[in-house]
Amino acid sequence: MPVTAGEIEQAIREAIPITHVEVEDNSSGCGEKYAVLIVSKEFEGKTTLARHRMVNQLLKSQIAQIHAFTQKTLTPQQWEESQKGPKTAA
Amino acid sequence: MLKSISRLSLVPLTRGSPAITSSILRRLLSSEARAKIQKAIDASPVVLFMKGTPELPQCGFSRAVIQVLDLHGVPPEKMRTYNVLEDLELRSGIKEFSEWPTVPQLYIQSEFVGGCDIVLGMHQSGELEELLAKHNIIPKADEETAAQATSS
Repeated sequence: MPVTAGEIEQAIREAIPITHVEVEDNSSGCGEKYAVLIVSKEFEGKTTLARHRMVNQLLKSQIAQIHAFTQKTLTPQQWEESQKGPKTAA
Repeated sequence: MLKSISRLSLVPLTRGSPAITSSILRRLLSSEARAKIQKAIDASPVVLFMKGTPELPQCGFSRAVIQVLDLHGVPPEKMRTYNVLEDLELRSGIKEFSEWPTVPQLYIQSEFVGGCDIVLGMHQSGELEELLAKHNIIPKADEETAAQATSS
């Protein structure tokens, strides 16, 4: 059974307190490729690796079924900062 | 060959207690396979488990990591890559070993760094360069500028 964006979002919301979440389906509908942005205070004080491990764990069953999964994990403060100015990614 | 073991671990996981699931996974990876992976990780300061080869990556995520390492000038003699598409046992084994569900996976000085998202993030923040320089894989930034200053 293909994994839906709704299913991924729900699993995230059920597991940790969420400020903002975006699940982007890049698979053209086949349910194989997702990009996820998660903003949660749960991430505060954790390294990126620890945050990603946390998300990998809570989406374990979904990730096992999809081909490509990419994630961004921000604290509410980081999210606010990234919303303020225009993207300055080099 | 441990093909049967690799097969088992490829079965999609059911929703269960995470603790139980991960202890089952740990048992599926034999100590022999575990030792083999550890040896592969220790073989070089920079070790990348990827899909395809540096010359011909078979996945955009693997390609991106190769490009970043290239950009930082990681010398070939300090880097070793393993193509998981050529080795099914490694492909499933490395996921269990690192407790990380996707490939590519980067190890620096035998320590797990992360997958594509993390490596790209660390590249943008400058952490990757710092880490590579710390382990003397690439010249330290200040040495480099000093060298440039004397050469100009």
